[in-house]
Amino acid sequence: MNWLLDLTPDEWNAVRLSIKVATVAMLFSLPPGIAIALLLARGKFWGKTLLNGVVHLPLILPPVVTGYLLLLTFGRRGPAGAFLAEHFGIVFSFRWTGAALACGIMGFPLMVRAIRLSIEAVDRKMEAAAGTLGANPVWVFATITLPLILPGLIAGSILSFAKAMGEFGATITFVSNIPNETQTLPSAIYTFTQVPGGDDGALRLTLISIIISMAALVASEVLARRVGRRMDIE
Amino acid sequence: MSVSVDISHRLGDFAIDARFDSAGRLTALFGPSGSGKTTLINMIAGLIRPTKGRIAVDGRVLVDTDTGVFVPKHKRRIGMVFQDARLFPHMSVAGNLRYGRWFTPAVERYAEMDAVVELLGIGHLLDRRPAKLSGGEKQRAAIGRALLASPKLLLMDEPLASLDDARKAEILPYIERLRDETKIPIVYVSHSVAEVARLASDVVVMAQGKVAASGATGAIMQRLDLLPAEERGEGGAVLDTKVLRHDEAFGMSVLGSAAGEIRVPLLAIAVGAPVRIRIRARDVMIATEQPKGLSALNILPGTIVAISPGEGPTVEIGIDCNGATVLARITELSRQTLDLKLGGKVFAVVKTVSFDRANTAVGLPIEADG
Repeated sequence: MNWLLDLTPDEWNAVRLSIKVATVAMLFSLPPGIAIALLLARGKFWGKTLLNGVVHLPLILPPVVTGYLLLLTFGRRGPAGAFLAEHFGIVFSFRWTGAALACGIMGFPLMVRAIRLSIEAVDRKMEAAAGTLGANPVWVFATITLPLILPGLIAGSILSFAKAMGEFGATITFVSNIPNETQTLPSAIYTFTQVPGGDDGALRLTLISIIISMAALVASEVLARRVGRRMDIE
Repeated sequence: MSVSVDISHRLGDFAIDARFDSAGRLTALFGPSGSGKTTLINMIAGLIRPTKGRIAVDGRVLVDTDTGVFVPKHKRRIGMVFQDARLFPHMSVAGNLRYGRWFTPAVERYAEMDAVVELLGIGHLLDRRPAKLSGGEKQRAAIGRALLASPKLLLMDEPLASLDDARKAEILPYIERLRDETKIPIVYVSHSVAEVARLASDVVVMAQGKVAASGATGAIMQRLDLLPAEERGEGGAVLDTKVLRHDEAFGMSVLGSAAGEIRVPLLAIAVGAPVRIRIRARDVMIATEQPKGLSALNILPGTIVAISPGEGPTVEIGIDCNGATVLARITELSRQTLDLKLGGKVFAVVKTVSFDRANTAVGLPIEADG
């Protein structure tokens, strides 16, 4: 145990940074994830297949390609990057925020899929019933739809978090591998494997990755079971 | 209070053209499945938008396709009880009950939690989850939830159809209390003659998307030809009577009706209170002279006012008994043997034991009959 927790400051930073990046990526993906999932589950519009394809792109493209596309659009000279830096002071390139963006995008299709499935499983008659009781569409969504899709939200969030914990290709392409700024666990492990005598560190960080991912998975199971027991659809 | 509907709606091959007005306390939309009655109340509730037409409740126009009016469902203040209850699974019964109340503007709230809980007998269920309730309990909770939104009109879409007979018998008295003790007008969809005859003040008969007939329950129930084939055996005269006295020694109650005294098995209803009975046509025998040596207790003298062919070998005879029409279904052979003709003087004979819980019930308050 001591051997496992006896990390150098740089290694600790990698662990902390990874958790921070994954959490931020997950939380910021959630609102657009719900919105896109709603659109795909219920929307009837031209270009729905196209939207579905775009959302799934990060899943099918090589991560390096996604990272490079991010660099082109959100880099300092990229159209979106320049705009955001100028008007909001938000800079992605070579910052941890960029790592969060890359991780969020890579996990987005997984999150949308999970939420979309749960939305499609919602009995719309419940929403109609809420409407006859005086709830307008926004209230219906907040008080009926959202609680009913909670298991899907939890599953989608955990998938997004886990994907972010493991994201490597897009992150390293977009924001490089800077200790204390963009060096997440996978990048740190990769670095250890590239230097002589790095086996110990690589193994330690690998075990820590496994522990964090397992903990996230167990937490989601517990949460989902608690929600499921509360609802207990017959 | 009145409901006024005049719509035409097209959905693929199915077309509905319906027009009716009702100011009744409980208006039944009656017809076989597929006749369009559920579509019709979904339109009143705002769940379906009619292709064309106008719907008004109490003078307030909810839909008018000519002027482009369409009030969305959450602004209609119309309560709906669904066949499948549709309680929210993530809330307790109490949470479900509070839900509608929450969205009702405070000044328009007239339904009180305690009164509704008491009316429906659901006090012991408040902390439970919907999944843990029986079908009958779910339906009572769903009625309570709709009531607590203080609706101006209550729609009930076959609320008993998915329940077994015991559960139906459990809920019917609550619906009668709802009809008699609250002031909310009700539109009740059903395909069951027993339910409609028991509950309705007015009936709108639907057939193949059209209104086949509408009017007061007693008058509509005379028209056996309006009943769906599988329900015809249940058809018969519906009479509003009141309890004259109880004959405890023989376990009978004596009801007063225009047709004369009618003896039924003992009722737990106070003397003087209204009772509605349905005399199934198949339970009525006809005699051409005062019968002697007969066990049947109810012998009502009258005049034949209608003879119409029934199903198969039967004819349906309408007998006017001092203003109340009793229907009898007999065979054509009997009719010819007895030489029954319009205007003939006859006696309608009904056994006391042909009355049971399914066709004897608390009647609508008498003042509502006027």
